[in-house]
Order: sequence, then C-alpha cells, then structure tokens
Amino acid sequence: MNELAQQIVSGLATGSIYASMALALVLIYRSMGVINFAQGEMAMFSTYLAWQFAQQGMPLWIAFPLTIAIAFAGAVALERVVVRPVERAAPLTVVILCLGLLITFNGLAGWIWGYTVRTFPSPFPTTPLHIGSAAFSSQDLGIIAVSLLSLGAISLFFGKTKLGLAMRAAALYPESSRVLGVRVGWMLALGWGMAAAVGALSGLMVAPVVLLEPNMMQGILVYAFAAAVLGGIDSPVGAVVGGLALGVGLNLIGAYVPVIGTDLQLTTAFGIIIVILLFRPAGLFGRRTMRRV
Amino acid sequence: MHVRNRPLAATLAACFALSLGVGAFAPAAADEPGITPTEILLGGLHPYSGPASAYGAIGKGILAYFAYVNDKGGVNGRKITYKDLDDAYSPPQAVQLTKQLVEQDKVFAMFDTLGTPSNLAIRQYLNDNGVPQLYVATGASTWGSDGAKYPWTIGWQPDYQSEAIVYARYLLKEAPNAKIGVLMQNDDYGEDYLTGLKTGLGSKSGNIVKVATYEVTDASVASQVASLKAAGADTFFVFATPKFSIQALVAAAQQSWHPRTFFNSVSASATILGAATKAGGEDATKGLITTQYLKDPSEPSWADDAGMKQYREILAKYAPGADPNNGFFAYGVSIAFTMVDTLKRAGKNPTRKAVMDIANHLHETDNFLVLPGIVVETTPKDRFPIDQQRLARYDGTHFVPFGEIYAGRGRGR
Amino acid sequence: MSGMRVNKYWSVAVLALLVLVLPRFVPSYAAFELTFVGAYAIGILGLVILTGTNGQISLGHGAFFGIGGYAVAILAQKLGVPFWASVPLAAIVSGILGLGLGLVALRLEGVYLALATFALAVATPSTLKHFKSLTGGSQGLAVPSLSPPGPLHGVITSEQWLYYVTWVIAGALFLLTSIALGGRLGRALRAIRDNEVAAISFGVNPQRYKTFAFGWSAAYAGIAGAIVAIATGFVSPDTYTVALSLALVTGAVLGGIDTLWGALLGGVIVEFLPLLVQKINPAAPSVVYGIALVLFMIFLPGGIARSIQAVIHPLRLRREIHHARS
Repeated sequence: MNELAQQIVSGLATGSIYASMALALVLIYRSMGVINFAQGEMAMFSTYLAWQFAQQGMPLWIAFPLTIAIAFAGAVALERVVVRPVERAAPLTVVILCLGLLITFNGLAGWIWGYTVRTFPSPFPTTPLHIGSAAFSSQDLGIIAVSLLSLGAISLFFGKTKLGLAMRAAALYPESSRVLGVRVGWMLALGWGMAAAVGALSGLMVAPVVLLEPNMMQGILVYAFAAAVLGGIDSPVGAVVGGLALGVGLNLIGAYVPVIGTDLQLTTAFGIIIVILLFRPAGLFGRRTMRRV
Repeated sequence: MHVRNRPLAATLAACFALSLGVGAFAPAAADEPGITPTEILLGGLHPYSGPASAYGAIGKGILAYFAYVNDKGGVNGRKITYKDLDDAYSPPQAVQLTKQLVEQDKVFAMFDTLGTPSNLAIRQYLNDNGVPQLYVATGASTWGSDGAKYPWTIGWQPDYQSEAIVYARYLLKEAPNAKIGVLMQNDDYGEDYLTGLKTGLGSKSGNIVKVATYEVTDASVASQVASLKAAGADTFFVFATPKFSIQALVAAAQQSWHPRTFFNSVSASATILGAATKAGGEDATKGLITTQYLKDPSEPSWADDAGMKQYREILAKYAPGADPNNGFFAYGVSIAFTMVDTLKRAGKNPTRKAVMDIANHLHETDNFLVLPGIVVETTPKDRFPIDQQRLARYDGTHFVPFGEIYAGRGRGR
Repeated sequence: MSGMRVNKYWSVAVLALLVLVLPRFVPSYAAFELTFVGAYAIGILGLVILTGTNGQISLGHGAFFGIGGYAVAILAQKLGVPFWASVPLAAIVSGILGLGLGLVALRLEGVYLALATFALAVATPSTLKHFKSLTGGSQGLAVPSLSPPGPLHGVITSEQWLYYVTWVIAGALFLLTSIALGGRLGRALRAIRDNEVAAISFGVNPQRYKTFAFGWSAAYAGIAGAIVAIATGFVSPDTYTVALSLALVTGAVLGGIDTLWGALLGGVIVEFLPLLVQKINPAAPSVVYGIALVLFMIFLPGGIARSIQAVIHPLRLRREIHHARS
C-alpha cells in the first residue's frame, strides 16, 4: 500500500513533466497542424539560456521571464525565416526541416555549453512534503501547478480573446480567414512563438528534476508525444491529463507488471500511440474527426 | 600491406627527409606503419555527436596532453599526432573509421577508443592485423581477461566488476546480512557491475532483495527508488551515470529512505555530489561510499597537489575553454600519460610488437593524476593496468579515504 | 524519348562497369566503405518506394534495419544458417513485420504516421535489449564474416567479396524496383500518393497497395541491415538508435526521395556526410548536419537527384512537377 501511494505520487511528478511538454506540442498542432519534432530541443536550448543568465548573477525572477520572452521572439523569427518557405510543402518536407532544427539545437547546446550534467536552480523549495506515507517535493507540486496555470491561460486565450480566435481560425480555415482580413502568416508565427514560450517554461520547470544537459528532452519528447496523443492532439486539457495518466500508468506498470518492467517503457509509449491512433484517434478529450479524403 | 623489407622505399623516404632538411640521419625504423623520423601517428574514436557525446571530453584531454608533450620535444624526438574521429558511439561507424585509420592513414596503433560496443566491434579486425588496441576506455572485464585470444588488445581503468567486488568484500565485513537493493543502467555497463557484486558476495548473493533498472531515455528514476525501498532494502547500490545518480540520491532522500549507499566511481566526483547535496539536502549524500583511483579535480583538497597543478596548467594552455573540474578531462590526460610512457619505453625505434610487450609489462608509479600508492602495473598474466582502488566516504563536502588499497582481482601488492 | 532511354542504359552500364573494376583501383578499406554505400542505398530504395512513390512517411526504418541485422546474427550464431539463406530470410522476417506496421499505417496519415514511426525508432534499442536470450541483450551478438568461396580464396579478400555480393544484390534490387515502378504497380502507388479517391475510381485498392508498399520497403531495409551487420561483424542495440532511422530519411531526402538515382546518392550521403561534416566542424559535427538539412528543405526540397535533372532536362522536370502538383 505504502509503495503504491509512492508510485502514484512520483508518477504524477514525472507525468507533469510529460504534460508540460505535451502542452507545447498541442499548441503548435492547433496553430499549424504540424508536430514540431524540434520542440524539446528548443525548450532545452531556452533552459540553457536561463542557466547562463543565472550564472551571470541575474536573479531568477528576471532570468525566467526574460528567457521566455527570448524563446517567444526567437521562435517567431524562426517561423518567419525558416519555416515559412516550406509552409505549403509536403508534410515530409516540414517534418525533415523540424528534424534538422532538432539536430542543430542539440549540437549547438553541446558546442556552447558542453555535455556535462548541470544542476538547475529551482524556484521552489526542495524540502519534501508528505501525504500519509507518500513523499514528494514541492518542486513536483510546482511543475503541476505551473502546468495547470499555463493550461488555464491558454484556454482563456483561445476561448476568450480575439487574437486567440483569429489564430484558431487561421489554422483551421486559412483561406476564408484571409478573406476576413486575418493575417494568417503572422498567426502561424505567433503560434510558434507561444509554443516555444510554453516549451521554455516547461524546460525551466523540469530542469531541476531531470537535470540540465543537451539530451535532457530526447526521451521526454516521445513520452510527451504519447501524452498528447492520449489526451487528444488538439486538446490542451487532454495534454495535461494525458501526461499525468501516462506518468502514473508507466510507473505502475514498471513496478507491478514484471513482464514489461522498467525497460519496456518506451515500447509501451509506442504501443499507446499506435493503439490510441487506431481505435480512438481523437484521444480522450480531442474533437478531431478523422479526415477522410 | 605491412612490408618488412623495403630498401627502395626507405631510400626514397630518406631522400625526401634530406630534401626537406629534416635530420639526415633519421632512425631507420621508418618501415613501421605510422612511424616517421618526426612523427608517431595514433588513431582513436570518441563520440563527439549523439547521446554519448559527454565522453568526447576524454578525447580532448588526450589531445591536450599530447600537445603538451609535443611542445616539450615529443617522445624520443618524435611528435605524437593523434587522429581522433567521431564514431557517434555506433559500432558500424567504429569499424569503418578504424579500417580507414589503419589502412589509409596507417596509424601505428589505436589508442583509447571509447565504449564497450565499439571496441568489441573492432577488436577482431585489429587483432587479425596485428594493430595494437591500447588502453581502451571502457571498464568491461574482457579487455584484461581475454588476452590469450586477443593479445593486441588491453584496457586501462579498473574494470566495473572488480570495483563491485571491492564493495562486496567491504560490505560482507561490515554487514554480512544487509538487504541489498540495486539501481543499475540497463546495459553492459550496469550488468558488469551487477556481475561483480554477485561474484563478490559469493554465497551471500541472496542478500540482493531487488534489482531495478533504468533506461537512458527515462525522465526520472524516482519510481525505481520507490520499488527498492518498498522491497525492504537497507543497502543501496547505485550503478548509474552522473545524471541518474544524482536523481537517485535526491529521490531516496525525498522518500525519506536513508540506506547505506554505495555509489559507482563513474559518477563519484565532488561536483556531482555537491549538486546532489544542493538538490536533495545533506541527508542525500552524507556517508555514501565509493572507490577512487584517480585524483578528483573537483575535490578541493587536491588544490595544492603538484600533479593537479600540472594538470590544470596543461588544460589551461592546450585546451582553453575546457572545464578542468570535469573528471573526463583528467581521465584523458592520465591515460595519455600512460600512452606516452609506453612509447618512451619502446625506445628509439618503436615497433607495434615492442609497444605491446611494454603494455604487458607496465610498472608506472609516476602517473601524476593516479592516486598516490596506486601503481599502473601489468604482467603478461595480469593484464589489468589499474586494478587497485581505494574506498572513500563522502562526509557532506569531501571524499575521505579510508581502509587499505584494495585490488579487486586479488593481485595485492 | 528513345534517345533518353538509350542514355539511361548507357549510364547504368557505365555504373555497373565502375562497380566491377573499382576494387582494383581503390584500397581495401574504400571498397569496404562502398559496401556500406550499397547497403544504405538498398535501405533508402525502400524509402523511395514507400515515401517517394507511395507518399507514406517512415521515420522508423532503422527498426527494420535492426530486424534484418539481428535475423542474420541469430540465424548464423544459433542455427548455423549460411549467408545466402539468412539474408533472404532476414528480408522475409522484416517484410512480414513491415506488412504488420503497414496495416496500422493505413489508419494514419501524414504527420501522424511520422509521429508513430518516430516513436518506433526511439523504442527500438530498448526493445532489442529486452529479449536478452534471443538478442544477447546490450552485449549484442557477433556475426561471422563472409569469406569468399573456394576458387576465389586468396584471389580476393573477404572485404572485396562482400563488396561484390552487396552490389550484385543492390543491382538486382534496383533493376527489379525500376521495372516494378515503371509498370502497373508503380502507377498504382503513385496514383494513391497523388489522389486516393481518384485512384479508387480507377479500380485501385489503396489499402492493399499501401500495405504491400510498407512490407516491400521493410524487406529492403531488412536486407540492408543484414549486409551492414555482416560487414560490421557485430550487432548491438546501440546501432539501431533513432539516429540511424533519421540518417536513412535524411539520405533519402537529400539524395532525392522520388527517384532511383536519389537512393544511390542517398547511400553515398549516409556513408560520407558524417565524415565530411567532421572535417568542417570537428567540435560539433551535428550542427553542420542539421543546418544542411534545413537549407536543403528550403532551397532544394527535391534533393540532389532532382536538382541535377533540373540542370540536364529542365523541360521534362517541369512537366513532372506539373504532374505532381495536379
């Protein structure tokens, strides 16, 4: 019983890591209908920037917002300069371009900061908290809280603001939006910027737990994919619920299903992606109807 | 490819040397591959891209030390050129690059190729062709124990198995009925440690109550730690790379689990423990036990040590920008020292055979980054250059050595 | 048109002759590297069929590479099956698994398929490690080397022999593919890629063709993986990481994913680009690699083969592009 509680709690903690990354993936998907394979590496790169600022003696409450702003501006610029030319190309071209970005950011980070594992300053206290017999850190709680906060902000933005509505319209009906005077190109760039900002926030939150190094996001990315698919790839709520469910589920499988154990977790994530896409392509919360050509 | 008697070629080479105005009476050993009157050419492979690129620092440490030696006049009048290529930790790449180094570049020997899979993949080829595969950067035990089958191959660092044996012997004395929980990376490196632990425990290997593995792609090992705690373990073995080692210590502290902890030397540097202490509190690290064989550059108590000062000077001058506290650089410099030492002792006209012979008869007491009292030593029957280690306990800020110097393979001194 | 075809035969003949005599003029290790070029070209040919011709994205072909490699290793080591039998068996095993994934892929389009196959690529090494009794776990398995048959013993090295075997296989597969894609099968695959509804109205069953294309393509990857395993003499999970899958796709895209020549060029790229980028920037080879990919996608999305064709046959290409767009 004791262990079960602990496994669930630490599953929630890991799940919140997946959830925060999945949220960024969902944002890009909503605004462009693509999946950005470079999302994780962009988040990692932003986190290194924050680390660099902190090294220079900048207080965290300045360094974090500054990093998020840079990530936003950088991604908008990246969309305008690099992604724009292939916007209308075949999906493969966009996918390969994103993979090129993934490789570039990963290599750049290694080149600039090296591959040594670094600790990252946490904005939350490190003292463990206890619920009954299960222990978790305020860091874990912080990640969940921040994920929920950004989820709330995103929902408000897309649901209540004019800009948010325009962005969704631009993604879903680019031609008619253009006729109505929506600047579709800029809406897409904004989508990239927002996703990068959420990604950067995610990097800043998870780096104290998974530790900072150029490859920190590579495993997480696949779990985040699985979480996004599980929750419904166009649903921010789904991304968060999917992430938490995946974290807890994989922990329980690892601890109590010896056949799968802890070494087939990636395979399980792959299996989840396949099964969900096959049998419930809208995920748990998505509204996507399978496009039939 | 390797022709012993080439008078014409030798004459031509001599003429060429003359025309360049380089030593007219050059040594006559010019018919050994990779050896010219002015140069010794070595080849090596490290991952400079891909998931294992952290180890690239070892290659850079080696290059720095060779540059330093070359500036001091080289080895018996020859400069060392180290052609170090990126194999991205992929065996097929390693095989191709090795063939290229041996057949195109005609390296004298392969030195310090990193990683067990890559070295396993190229071992047969190098032995078939009589090319030394010197001081490979992996702790698998096969490099030392399979000398009869692969005489051209030799390791350097203590193998993981013997490190685990050292822990097991100590534990059997301290707490013969300990309940052991093991966290290990799910690959050959983790498995070697586990094998060593079981060997060392012997009839007591039933004391291991649970083994939990992690994958390098995992986000966190908190779940594994919870399983070990739940299995009732009171002794915690961490066979993990730095990132996951820190996570494991922090997770144990947060779950209020305070076992007796053994911590693999792969991750035991003052920087890493400092990081774990910062993230998990003093309880996370205090009292854990590891083994050491090199001086830890991030350990402040070595600051005034002559060898450490020399290391820092070399790095500052020949690898500017490198963080000297990163133990991989120290590893590179130290292993390059043994390589230079081997070449020096091979004399004015080194041959591959002679170098291999010396590698089988090492007795090196002056490697300036190896812990005092530990000798880099081999005999044809004992082909483990470093198999002595010292136990050390982390007191919250420092590693404090204790006990005698252990020889994992029981060679003794 | 007939002039063009004669041209094509000539270029193939010259290429075949080149392959035949090359080992006489290049050092042994270079022949060895060319063996890898041949193997990668076979693997990429599979992607030309699947992605270029049929429009299904796979970022996970490294998995089939691995299945081919492990099939040869396990057959040779545990059952003593000789090379000439184990390579076809490797093709069959990965082909069948490819058919299985193809059935799944029917339900996924575009970016979803990319995502699912990417996850497959990432999950491959740990899955291979898991079945320890079969795959040797993380230690991997040794693969016996291929020695030349009796009469050729001592005449050519085993490396040269593998080189010839590889290129004969590659030649046969390129010929087979060229014929198949030039005929009904190719037309059906292309029709499905361009417009599935129209294809159905012409009496083409997209499900059957798409599944078949996946299996066919996976079989090629299996053969390629088998050859690489024999050349390396060793299989281990670390060989079949996501990096391998991405290298194959990269080679295909840079070479030209919708032409056979593109596959050949792709083989050259996968083999030699890593060496080249190391020379350009030894500190961070992957940065050069990544930037090259991005620039190619922006400026030459058709790959090198298409760009060369654009120079040689500008008119024909324009017509083809027109066809592809409509």
